[in-house]
Order: sequence, then C-alpha cells, then structure tokens
Amino acid sequence: MNHLANIFRLGIKELRSLWHDKVMMIMIAYSFTIAIYVGATATSTELHNAPIGFVDEDHSALSHKIIEDFYPPRFGIPQIISWTQVDTDLDAGLYTFVIVIPNNFEKDILSKRNPDIQVNIDATRMTQAGIGAGYIQQIINNEVSEYFSKGKTTQTLPINMLIRMKYNPNLTSSWFGGVMEMISMISLLSIVLTGAALIREREHGTLEHLMVMPLTASEIILAKVWSMGLVVLVSAAFALIVVIEGVLQVPVTGSELLFLLTALLTLFATTSMGIFMGTIARTMPQLGLIFILTILPLQILSGGITPFESMPQVLQNIMFFTPTSHFVNIAQAILYRGAGLSVIWPHMLAIIGIGLAFFFLALLMFRRSLASST
Amino acid sequence: MNSIATLNGISHRYGNTIAVDNATLEIPSGCMVGFIGPDGVGKSTLLALISGVRILQQGKLEVFGGDISKREYRESVCPRIAYMPQGLGKNLYMSLSVYENIDFFGRLFSQDAKERKERVFELLESTGLTPFKDRPAGQLSGGMKQKLGLCCALIHDPDLLILDEPTTGVDPLSRRQFWELIDRLRNRGDGMSVIVATAYMEEAQRFDWLIAMDDGKILAEGSPKELMATTNCDNLDAAFIRLLPEEKQREHRFLVVPPRVIDPNAVLAIEAENLTMKFGDFTAVDHVSFSIEKGEIFGFLGSNGCGKTTTMKILTGLLSPTEGTAKLFGEEPTANDLETRKRVGYMTQAFSLYLELSVFQNLLLHAQLFHLPPEQIEQRVEEMLLHFHLKEYKDTDAADLPLGIRQRLSLAVAVIHKPEMLILDEPTSGVDPVSRDNFWELLIDLSRKDGVTIFVSTHFMNEGERCDRISLMHQGKVLANDTPQGLVRSRNKETLEDAFIDYLQEVEVVNTASKSIKSLHVQHQRKKNNFFSLLRLFGYAYRESLELIRDPIRLIFALLGTGILMLILGFGITMDVEDLSFAALDQDGSPQSRQYLQNLSGSRYFLEHKPLHSMEELDQRMKSGELSIAFIIPPHFGEDLKKGRHTEIAVWVDGAMPFRAETIKGYVQGMHINYIRQLARDTLGYIPALTPYNVEMRYRYNQDFKSIYAMVPAVLPMLLIFIPSILMALSVVREKELGSITNFYATPVTRLEFLIGKQLPYIVISMIGFLILLILAVLVFDVYPKGSMVTLIFGALLYVTITTGIGFLISSFMETQIAALAGTAILTLLPTINFSGIKDPVSSLEGVGAFIGYIFPATYFINISRGIFSKELDFKDLHHDFFAMAIALVVISVFSMLLLKKQEK
Repeated sequence: MNHLANIFRLGIKELRSLWHDKVMMIMIAYSFTIAIYVGATATSTELHNAPIGFVDEDHSALSHKIIEDFYPPRFGIPQIISWTQVDTDLDAGLYTFVIVIPNNFEKDILSKRNPDIQVNIDATRMTQAGIGAGYIQQIINNEVSEYFSKGKTTQTLPINMLIRMKYNPNLTSSWFGGVMEMISMISLLSIVLTGAALIREREHGTLEHLMVMPLTASEIILAKVWSMGLVVLVSAAFALIVVIEGVLQVPVTGSELLFLLTALLTLFATTSMGIFMGTIARTMPQLGLIFILTILPLQILSGGITPFESMPQVLQNIMFFTPTSHFVNIAQAILYRGAGLSVIWPHMLAIIGIGLAFFFLALLMFRRSLASST
Repeated sequence: MNSIATLNGISHRYGNTIAVDNATLEIPSGCMVGFIGPDGVGKSTLLALISGVRILQQGKLEVFGGDISKREYRESVCPRIAYMPQGLGKNLYMSLSVYENIDFFGRLFSQDAKERKERVFELLESTGLTPFKDRPAGQLSGGMKQKLGLCCALIHDPDLLILDEPTTGVDPLSRRQFWELIDRLRNRGDGMSVIVATAYMEEAQRFDWLIAMDDGKILAEGSPKELMATTNCDNLDAAFIRLLPEEKQREHRFLVVPPRVIDPNAVLAIEAENLTMKFGDFTAVDHVSFSIEKGEIFGFLGSNGCGKTTTMKILTGLLSPTEGTAKLFGEEPTANDLETRKRVGYMTQAFSLYLELSVFQNLLLHAQLFHLPPEQIEQRVEEMLLHFHLKEYKDTDAADLPLGIRQRLSLAVAVIHKPEMLILDEPTSGVDPVSRDNFWELLIDLSRKDGVTIFVSTHFMNEGERCDRISLMHQGKVLANDTPQGLVRSRNKETLEDAFIDYLQEVEVVNTASKSIKSLHVQHQRKKNNFFSLLRLFGYAYRESLELIRDPIRLIFALLGTGILMLILGFGITMDVEDLSFAALDQDGSPQSRQYLQNLSGSRYFLEHKPLHSMEELDQRMKSGELSIAFIIPPHFGEDLKKGRHTEIAVWVDGAMPFRAETIKGYVQGMHINYIRQLARDTLGYIPALTPYNVEMRYRYNQDFKSIYAMVPAVLPMLLIFIPSILMALSVVREKELGSITNFYATPVTRLEFLIGKQLPYIVISMIGFLILLILAVLVFDVYPKGSMVTLIFGALLYVTITTGIGFLISSFMETQIAALAGTAILTLLPTINFSGIKDPVSSLEGVGAFIGYIFPATYFINISRGIFSKELDFKDLHHDFFAMAIALVVISVFSMLLLKKQEK
C-alpha cells in the first residue's frame, strides 16, 4: 500500500515538472499533431506524382494517346523531351521514368512488326521504380489494345486475374503514414522523456535527495514509468482519435481501446528502455549518443518504413527483441485488419516480456549506478 | 574623485523579480570597490551590467566615460575590462590544464604565441601556480581554481577587474593568499581598478570603498570606516544589519547558544572510524574518524572539495566507503535500509527540492513520502509553515524563492518527519547574515529543545563557533577535532579563523610567491580590436578539440556509433520485397490449379503456407498478418481452361502497408503472365506475343534493381546529419548550462569567430565519420562511388558544415540539454527520413512535406551521394545541388549569428 502511494505521489511530481518545461510541452504537442499530419499528407498514394518524361519520335495519334494516359496523382504531368536530353535529365534526377516511343510505332504495330518501346527507369528510386514500372506497362497495354479494338471486345487472356486490396482498397498512403508516424513519436518521446528525466534528477542532485528518503529504487523508476507513459498515452489517444480519425479521415477497423491497451504495454517497455539508458549514461551528451544509436534502428527497422520480412534474418532476429517491431505489427493488425485479442496476444506477450526484461535490467543498473555515484 | 563607472537609474528585472531597483551610483576609479550584501540582492547583476556581459534594460550606464549599452563602444572598451563570474571556476574548462586555460584566454585577446607564453609564465609565477601548470583545472582545489580564474582574467592587462564573489567557498588560507595577490597586483602602480562583490564582511574591511546593497537597492556607500562610524558599530557585520530597513532588523536577534546539558549516559549517534573514500586515483576522504553524541551540534569546517560532502554521503548511505566503518545509531547504514532513513533528515549541498513545486506542495510531497499518518499531515505541514516562517510563501514556486527562504524550506522538509538526526551539508552557503542567524536559531532550537542530533558542515567561521564541537577538514583529512574554544586555545590564537589557518599552514607546502610582481607587461601596447581575428577563431577551435580529445568516450561513441548504424541501416533498409506468405483456397483441386500454385511457390518472392479451406479462414489468417496474399481458384478451373472457357482467379492482398501491397500487386501480375506464357508454350509449342509490341525495361544505375545500391548512398546523408547536429547542439547548450559561455560575452570574440571556432572540430570529426562510412560502403557493402570522388568529398564537407550549423542554430533557442537533445532529434529525424527523398523523391511530395523537402539540405546531399555512387556523375552534373547547399549554409549561418546573443539577457 505504501509502495503504491509513493509511486503515485512521485509520479504526480514528475507530471508537475514536465508541465513546467514549456519547450518540452510544445514539442510533445507538435509531435502528436503537426508532425503526424505533415508526415501523413506528404503523399496520398504509394506511387505519387512520379516525374515522367517522354521522347515521342512517332508523333502519331497512338503515341499522343499514350502520353495523355499519364496524369496526376500517380504520375506527374508528362514532359516531352528530346532524345539527347534523356541521359542528362535522368542524371539530374528530373525524372524517374523516361519512355521512348520510337519512330513509326503505330505503323509498326499495325503491320505486326512488334516495335520496341523503351522505358528508362531511375533505379536508385527503389519505391517508385518498382511500383511504377508495373503501372506503366499496364497503362500502355490498356491504351494500345483499346486503340486498336476501337470499342470491340478485345481478346483477353485465357485466365483473368482480379486483384483486390483488403483493408485499404485504394491503398491510400496517409492511412498508413499517419499511424506509423504516431508510433514513431510514441517510442521517441517515451524514451527521451524518461531517460532525460533521470539524468536531470541526477544532474540537479534531487536523485540523492530521493535516495535518502524511505523510498526504494523500484518506486522511483515506476513513478517515472507511469507518469511519462501516461503523458504519451494521452497524447497518442488524442492523435489517434482527433488527428488520425478526425482530420486525416482514416477509417479505423478495429478497437481503439485495444490499440491503446497495447500502446500502454509498449510504453511500459519503452519507458523502461529510457530509464535503462539513463542509468548507463552519465551526462546528457552521452545519453544523446546512446539515444541516437537506439532510436534510428527502432524508427526505421520496426516495419513502419520498410517491410519487416524483407530484412536479413539476423536483423529480424535482433529487432524481435525490440518492443516497437511488435507494436507496429499489432497496430497494423488492430487498426487496419480489425484483429482482436485472439490474434494479437502472442505479440502482446512478447512486448510484456521485453518490457519486464528492460525494467529489471534498469532496476539493476539503477541500484548499481547509485552505489557508485559521486 | 574620478569615477570609473557612472550608474544612473539602473533597474533590472528577471520576469517578475526585480533584481536591481533604480540604482544611481558613481564608482571611484583606481581603488578597490566592494559591493556587499547577501546573495540575490542584485550585486551580481550590477557587476554583469558594468562589465557589459548583460543587456542593460533600463537606465544609463557609463563605463570609462562611454555608454556601455552601445555596441561599438562596448566592443572597443571590452579589452580594458576583465570579468570573473560567480561560482568556483565557472568560466574555466575543467578538462583543460592550467596552462591551456590561460593560454586560451590569451588567444581570445589575439595575442601571438610568443607573447602568450611570456605572459602565461609570468602569471603562473606570480600566483604560485607554476608547479601545477599541467594539472587539469577540474582537479584543482577551490582556492587554486580561483587563482587560475584570476590569471585568466589578467592575461590582457585590464584597467578594470570585476570579481564576483571570488572567494566564496574557498578555505581561509587560500582566501587570505588571494587578497594578498590582488594587493600586489594593484601595487604595480598602474592604478588598476577592482570591483568586487562579496558576502564575507571581514573581507570587505580591507576595501577602499563599499557599496551596501539589499533587495536591489543601494543602502549606503562610503569607506568601511565611514560606514561603521555612521552606524556606530565596531564591525561591518553589525553595521550592515544596522543599515537594513527597520522591519528586517527586527527579525534579527543576537544569537545565544545555550549550553548543552551533557548526559553522561548519552549514546553515540554517529560513529565514524577510519572512513576512506577513493574515486579512482583521487582520495576524497582519507582515514577520517569522529563520533557525535546524541543531541550534539557537530560541525565540519573546511573549504569546498575537502571531503565534507563525501563524508556526509557515506553517513547517509548514499556511498559505500572504500575503507572503514560508519555507524548511525549503532548500525551501519546501507542503501536499502529504509527504517534508518526515517530517523534521519538530510539536506544536500545544492538546493535539491523540486523547484517547479510550490512550498506547500514540496512539504506535502515529503510528508506523504515519509508516510505520516494521513490525519496528521495537514496539521504537520501547517506547523512547518508557521514554525519556519513560510506562511506567506505557501503557494510560491520554490524556484521563485530567495535563497535564504529556500534554505528554510529545505530545513522544514528535512525535519517534517521529526527525525532524530539531521545531516546538513553547507545549509547556509550563499545566504545573507540575517537569514543565516535565523536559520541557526532554528537549528539551536531543534537541538536544545527536541534533542535532535545535528551534523552540519560549513565554511563560515562564525558558524563553526556555534557548534558544540567541530572538525577542521582539509584535503580529505581531519586536521583537528575539538570544541571551538579548545581549538583556538591550543594554537594560542584569537579567532577560529587564525587557528584554522595555523593548522593549514602546517600541512600545506605554502608556495605563495612572495616576490613582488614586477611590471607584468611584456609589451604594453594594447591590441586594436579587430573585426575578425583568426587567432581568436582558432583559440575556440583549439580549445573545443582539446575538450573533445579529453572525452574519449564521446569521441569513440560518435565514430563507432556511426559505423554500427551504417551496418544496421544499410542492411536493414531494404525495398526488396521477398518471402511473401501466401495461401490458396483451391476450390478446384485439379492438376491445372496445382500447377498454377506450384508456379508461385517456386518463386523466390513467395512462400507457400498451408492451404485455406473457407472464406472465414481466409479472413482470419489475413487478419492475423500470417498471410499477405490469398489466391482463390474457382471451381472447374482446370476444366474451363482445357475447354478454353473464360475463368478468373481472385487475389486478396493485405493492403495494410500500401507500399508492400503495390509491390505485391506487381509481382502477382508478373507471375500470372509468366504462367500463361508457359501454359501457351506447353499447349501450343510456342509463346505467342501477348502484346503487339515489346516493352524494354531499362533499370538504369542499378541494373539488378537491388535495394542496397539505392539505400547505402542514402544512409550516408542520414547519419551525417543526426550525429553532427546533436553533438554540436549539445556542445553549445552545455556551455550555457555550465556557465563558460560567459567567456564569449566578456571577451572580444565575435559571433562569427565563435560560430566557426566551435564548428571546426565537429566538422573534422564528422569528416572522419564520413570516411568510415565510405570505407564501410566499399568494403562491406561493395557499393563504391563510380563518379568523381573529389566531388563527393567536397559535397560531404559542405554538408557536414551545414549539419553542424543546424545543431548550432537549434542550440541558440534551447536553454537546457534535454530540450536540445529532444529538439534536435525531432526537428531532424522526420524531415530526413520522410521528406528528403530517401524513399520518394521530393518532386513527388506535396503540401508541407514537399516544402520541407525542398528547403532541407539533406535532400541535396542525397542527390549528390546517389549521383556519385550510382550515376557516375561529377561536379558539373551536380552543380545545382551544390548551389542549393551553399544557399542553405549561408541562410543557416546568418540565422545562427542573428540568434546568437553576445550579451546575457
């Protein structure tokens, strides 16, 4: 009972301290509103405004029609360039795609001479290049067959294929981007807030003050965990309901409550990580370096930016031990696929396990760092 | 009387607090002028204003006959003034040696190597610091730090020396030596004026002219004799109290310590035996033994850094001694002993309550944490407010309290749970005489009425005299242990201070250079204050590099971290979508349908999972994320195919991650076409053209279409922004937090010199980081720059100059290191990962994201990096990007300079 009361009161103290740090409050507010909005709305579809250029040597009705078929939002407005510009413009990165329609393209098709149409792709732009190539082929194919059939039913492939997207029929990017941005902010802020709060207490000497009072190390840690976790959780709930569902109009399929519950578990793990870092670092610059070393992989490799299963197995195994990779997975399952507890429980268990491990590690290190502190 | 400074109606406020209230003064030149008064009355503010370090808010202030608020005048007069801020060694660099510290200040005043060397040696000689010239400033004693600070201030022969509490917390012997040194310097005969702020009245006695201050107002001015004469007092302490307004005088009573009734059966409250504490090579506490009886007031008397605090921490259980034992109430304190903690109240040296909580909240929090019975809490808090005269401050934040009140609050907090013992570490440091006496009154009360054992440390002699017994401490050792009277008697001295000095002289090899100081001036011509000086710039760069080299952990971490991140991210960020899990709902089960599925499972892109049996199962397994793709093959698929009837395969793709879904779509379509071709070949014997034309796909720059070739060149710009900008931002904010930023305010260094000087070492480190990345790219990832190497290096140099500049810019509006850390991370992470073209080219973005992408310098370096790594480009192909980066550099530098304050607010 006494323990709980201590944890509660120390946590209230943390909240008061945070409230006084106005710059930090502004930063939290920014992270869960503007940052999410900007991150989500930068692109609306995966293939978005892909800059495309044409070298039209045919100047036929068909080539004009093909060029007209490329328009925003998937492609940028097609630019007509000359043959000599192809290399320099691609070098300068002006276009991701340059399509060369050769002389007599239409005539050659009519006379069944199988002309070549050349698609130059800037393959350093992996995402656009991969997806865009498929779209380009399809668009040209549709146009050519329609052009020659002139409304008649065209001869189709013997087996048709109907591809449908589950959970996000139009593959709207902001549905994904907004939520992933929010998850990034949850882990970033919870780690910084707790880690820095610990270093601040150490630098201001208040940590010693706490240690001479009848308080245990676990009470001090848990107080920071719950208070900073709460701040981030409330902000995340706001971001989810107001920014993501309200402003960005992302339809959420599953239960928001279940999502917030998993966010809570994740916060237990990330705040414990933050404390753990706070016990390793002696000064703020050291904490900064440890923080950067941790947060970059967490942000980039948890499956929110690139597909998790594409990473080398070794990295997948390493990332398995981070709470964020499971959280990204759960978030997608709940929010998009409408999954329930029966589906996500293994990941929840993993998060709890990771959280407990970091918590006890932090506790151990905390006791040790106090014993050696000056 | 000539005046060196004329103050007219000067007022200064910090938020709602008035620090200086309408001060009008003439400060005489050519003599020692002392500002006396307690802490927080505006002395420091006035000194900072006179030295030009702080921005003048209101009033008119002339120094050397010119208006110091005018920038040009301030710059011209700056080399004639030296300013030493409050706090032990606050403007020194702790990892730099004594010599390097002074040398750095010489550089800031544009002295050449020969001149600097001569001056530094002369100063070291005259202050007796020569034997310590290679010792890091952090390892000097308080007294030596102040001497070093003085050397740094005197390197440029100032006409006016401004010292803000130079001897606070310094042992009495060093203090005496310090003033002797100042006297000798002044006797050189060039009439240097000295303005000093001090809280020690006995020091003020020796000054020529005194200005007494209280509450931001000037109470009186005159020579010490005049002040004592007008107030009819025989010492300055008393005279000062007389000068205070009536109501304050009334608070003050002459303090009497009632004798302690000695109980012969008294148990020992504290027993310390041979306590020794070592930190590495440094022995902080050296075989200290003492015992304290119950109800006794026991004092530790000694300078800062003599081991008082460490000893107290051992007693509270915060530290475990390297050797020896300490017992509290007959038991050894341990870190986990919660019961003993309840019997002890502890007050740390620095104010360690929560500044952001109000007086009431602080008291309440501690009452609750000590688990006073809930029904008593309110009453006890009320009692404390009353007893410690805190009623009127009940709802004030601790941060807004004057120091004296804060200390009262600390004491109230320490005794709220009625402890049997109080351990107080320098509770009155920096508190004015009246508040100090009031504080002691409370202590005496606790001791004599409630029988509380009090263990207190102090560097004030008169407080030592009030203790029942004291220990004199110096450099970790106890010199003597007795009642104050006993100590004075044993040395045949008149005062405790003299006795202490006597003890000190016994142990310390005194190396006061007794030779009089010859003319210090190697050459007396004063340098013109140039607009730009490479010497000053390199002074800063050199010092920053030294500090970096002395902190190998940070250095190694920064470089090693860069390498590790490169490995993780280089392999990890991959756009190659592989191993996609799929399952089929095969409603046909014919050889044809099985063949179709085999075609899929044979590909490296797809991984087959066990088949589906129903649509519900499909839903369920997709929901769980197990399946990314589900194929539904209709009934009669095989038959329809054979008969040439139209048939359709339905595919469900998990659209949760749009990028992956789009890629899957492409793959699935490709596989489908492939299957049909195969089918045609098998049945017709040849592959008919599915389209009347051929599409020739040319994947340029990255023929294999491998993620690694696109991502490794993009990881470089990413890593070269975070680490340099964070290191840079923290380095500037650290100077702000620790106080050495004052050197930038008080010396002729210009903003540009400061900016470039601080930046240079970080640019060098970042370039080393860049080379590490380059080597990793070639050796580990086998991705090598095909284009112009020189251009890449030049681009990287320009880029890290910008990224360190971003760190500098962010630091200019951040006050704390936490904010700098979090701010830099948030402000650079999002734009770099999302908007700089690592994934989608900037031209494809829209809205705010696109705008950020276009102005963010990382965008352009990613172009350069990819251009050179993958596209075989050289400078002329990339000159647009270089141009954009050059503009960014100029914009960032200009903003940094505009936001950088050359004065304190």
